[in-house]
Amino acid sequence: MKKKLIAMLVCLTMVMMPILSSCGGNDSDAGDGIKVGLICLHDENSTYDLNFINAFNETCEKLGVTGIVKTNVPEGQECYDTAGELVDEGCSIIFADSFGHEDFMIQAAKEYPEVQFCHATGTKAHTEGLDNYHNAFAAIYQGRYLAGVAAGMKLNEMIEAGTITADKAKIGYVGAFTYAEVVSGYTSFFLGARSVCESATMDVTFTGSWYDETAEKEGANKLIQGGCVLISQHADSMGAPTACEEAGVPDVSYNGSTVDACPNTFIVASKINWSPYYEYAITAAQNGEAIDADWTGTLETGSVELTDINEKAAAAGTAEKLEEVKAGLIDGSIHVFDAAKFTKDGAALTSYQADVDTDADYTPDTEVIVDGYFHESEFRSAPYFDLQIDGINLLDTAF
Amino acid sequence: MDNKDIKEPLIHITKRKAIPKKQEWTIRLLSILFALIVCAIVMAVTTHLNPIAVYAEIFDGSFGSPRKMWILAKELSILLMVSVALAPAFKMKFWNLGGEGQMLAGILATAACMIYMGKNLPSAVIIPVSLVCAVLAGGLWAFIPAFFKAKWNTNETLFTLMMNYVGMQLVAYYIIIWESPKGSGKVGIINQSSGAGWLPNLFGQPYLLVVLVALAVTVGMFIYMNYSKHGFEISVVGESQNTAKYVGVKVDRVIMRTLLLTGAICGLVGWLMVAGTDHTITTTLGGGRGFLGVLVAWLAHFNPIGMILSGFLIVFMSRGASEISTAFGLNESFGDIMTGIILFFVIGSEFFINYEVHFRKSHRKEAADV
Repeated sequence: MKKKLIAMLVCLTMVMMPILSSCGGNDSDAGDGIKVGLICLHDENSTYDLNFINAFNETCEKLGVTGIVKTNVPEGQECYDTAGELVDEGCSIIFADSFGHEDFMIQAAKEYPEVQFCHATGTKAHTEGLDNYHNAFAAIYQGRYLAGVAAGMKLNEMIEAGTITADKAKIGYVGAFTYAEVVSGYTSFFLGARSVCESATMDVTFTGSWYDETAEKEGANKLIQGGCVLISQHADSMGAPTACEEAGVPDVSYNGSTVDACPNTFIVASKINWSPYYEYAITAAQNGEAIDADWTGTLETGSVELTDINEKAAAAGTAEKLEEVKAGLIDGSIHVFDAAKFTKDGAALTSYQADVDTDADYTPDTEVIVDGYFHESEFRSAPYFDLQIDGINLLDTAF
Repeated sequence: MDNKDIKEPLIHITKRKAIPKKQEWTIRLLSILFALIVCAIVMAVTTHLNPIAVYAEIFDGSFGSPRKMWILAKELSILLMVSVALAPAFKMKFWNLGGEGQMLAGILATAACMIYMGKNLPSAVIIPVSLVCAVLAGGLWAFIPAFFKAKWNTNETLFTLMMNYVGMQLVAYYIIIWESPKGSGKVGIINQSSGAGWLPNLFGQPYLLVVLVALAVTVGMFIYMNYSKHGFEISVVGESQNTAKYVGVKVDRVIMRTLLLTGAICGLVGWLMVAGTDHTITTTLGGGRGFLGVLVAWLAHFNPIGMILSGFLIVFMSRGASEISTAFGLNESFGDIMTGIILFFVIGSEFFINYEVHFRKSHRKEAADV
């Protein structure tokens, strides 16, 4: 029996040899530049993470540095451990992509002062006072506003065609959490829509998760049944776009184009391009220059982008209009959160203290309405617009 | 003609008598070897990577640097403690699928102590109080289904399983209360600036304490199971409740007592995770160890020392999986496939250890081989 087994093993090994030798190794140390690391919450199957990974890899290639991507790193001690491993591997700058990674990145930053830690979407860099810990975000509210303009034009087209009356121009929005980033997103989207379609109103539903395909799809269906004639979302799955395609309701997407899955209903999507930030931060680290504690990418830096417009679903003239508004946003003639353009409880706002410095009690600490508009993402990179303005109806904040 | 009338099946299976330990281990090791060969073939065919290089990288994932070894030791320690906690319940044939919820109960209790006491009290007070709370909370989470089982013979599999979801929802509820910043659904690191309620680093090593506690728990459980009256009672109840009753063992008391112990250790693990390593609370902090622990415990036949090996196999593979996903751009699911293949062979080998397969023999070779 034993002899038979050994004979079989030997045979198998012999069979394996050619297979083994036919497979090449995979050593991909590129260039002699520095090493940089990226910590991702999920892997490339999540559109959110994919957006970071693609930008990271492109930038590393462009700058000739070695990039190491760590995927599926939970928002816990694993993030700190992974950051430590990247330090061990010789990374001089480390990025993380998920909000919940922040505290663990700070922990690592304190331990390794010689390494730069850059965290996307976080809020604490400007108060931690560490030289090697930085936050970054993009002024995605600009992109949302533009996407909202495209939505408003679609509503106008429906009103003109007689499909709906002006008072039925209700938008539905599927949000993740009642968190400032989401509030800022749907409000800027709504203001964009209302800048072209004055009668627009909006219902918002929340799923209580950043990625929950079923809940997002159900949320979109509920909004459609509630009379919403156009949908947008701030959550990472295909739930809402799919529901729209099935119901034949136009959809303004997020993070990337969903035109392949939704050829009849996808209008346009806004997204953040992280490449400009990666290029800025890596170059600074290479040259030994300081990195901003907060860095906010804009339309100008190329950090805020719109995908291609789907002519089949979008209203005629959308592209031209978006170019015009985009130019206005860049030259400062249009402000997304123009205090004259929205009201809260029936009154215009002249002053608002926002909670910019994160603390456990959410103490408002900074005056953000200056020169007639709400200065979003200027006092720190992550959004802090958390006002509930008139015209937007929150359906279920208790998820 | 006489022999051919009896239709002998091509394959038939008989229960083996006990075989020597050496042979048992030979079968196990061979099964792993076979598994690695099958994995290599799958790898070579589907990914065109060099399996040897991939295996080297997997090894690197656990032993590539001192930090990686510490992480391996920490992960193994935590999984081991959960497995060790579950073992007596399973040995008693009490199907405790609630390890996850019992851990979460300990996690929740510890986090609550750290959050509510962190501002006013020193660590010297918070640490013992949170330990007691966590152990009690975990114990309670296991005791409830045990009590119902003992008194009214409810189905413990379903009961413990459902208790996981109750625990998870409770944690989700408190996360909304404790979240920072508001609306984000995240608690973050608790007492990050003050470190209140954090366990100390022994000799500058953050994970050493967890490893030492795990060793103590494992050895303690080995002694408890093999050399104590309680341990004997557990095995009697596991063999037959009627026998146990007949010899005067109070079965319901043994069930409740044992589950209290299981839950308490799971609570202890939760405490170590929140106060010792992770310092945060999420609904997924348990990481499925409550279920993985069942597998680890079964693979080792409920022998705490054996669980070090089976636990090591699981943690080693999972660390390796994330390593190869970084090094080769392979999705982590590929690591899961490999782990699946290895487990298939390892579990399969238990079959060959317990049973013997006979093929129909040609009469000429009858006595030649076994």
